[in-house]
Amino acid sequence: MKRPDLHVKTSFFILLMVIFGPLGNVLLGRGMRKIGSVDVESVGQVFHIAMRVLSSPSIWAGILSLISFFVAYMLVLSWADYSYVQPASSVSYLMVALLAHFLLHEVVTPVRWLGVGIICLGVLVVGYTPHRTTEPC
Amino acid sequence: MENLILYLLIIGAGTAGELCVTRAMKTVGEVHDFRPIAILRVFSRALRVSWMWIGVSLMATAFFSLLTVLTTQNVSLVVPVTALNYGAGALGGRFILGEKVSARRWAGVLLVCLGVGVVILGHA
Repeated sequence: MKRPDLHVKTSFFILLMVIFGPLGNVLLGRGMRKIGSVDVESVGQVFHIAMRVLSSPSIWAGILSLISFFVAYMLVLSWADYSYVQPASSVSYLMVALLAHFLLHEVVTPVRWLGVGIICLGVLVVGYTPHRTTEPC
Repeated sequence: MENLILYLLIIGAGTAGELCVTRAMKTVGEVHDFRPIAILRVFSRALRVSWMWIGVSLMATAFFSLLTVLTTQNVSLVVPVTALNYGAGALGGRFILGEKVSARRWAGVLLVCLGVGVVILGHA
């Protein structure tokens, strides 16, 4: 049975996932790149690295974004199939490449853009399959 | 080698964690009320489901592996590689959650894996 309200709320929460997921990853990427390569040789170094991670605004903003992503993710999984939600949120891969290019100024090669395009095409094909194939509990 | 282990943790623990969280949320039931207090109640119910704790622990393992990889690798490479979760996710959805994974869905998963391969080639 088709339920328009279900479609609207599923789309809305997937949109939130697509916004907050990539944003969180990019902010974490920026924060961790500033910290640099992790080379742990003693407990003191673990503490030192942990303090640097916890004092980074980028990392905190990234964590908050990922928490928002997770809330939206949990809620949508209460009614939709995992195998529907996962591909439907695929636009996030394109968003990550765009954010990495424009915000982090990383070099995203044409081959990598092609790969991201194929990933998006693949997950779109998956996304056109029925979004609920099991009975609700 | 170290990066390979971390990627395996990101994909394996990440997918297993998501499958556990899905099972937990299906146990909680469909959410209809989205006021903050109602969402807090949903969380409270979800936290009483053991699958949620197992899932979050596995996802945390994947998350910290991701953090470690991000210290040395570009985010535009790391995040697309995690798309291999789609293959693991389709298998888990089919055999663990009992979802019907059609030929069309498998074709999509194959395309995703191809895309991941191209992304890795683009990095080499």
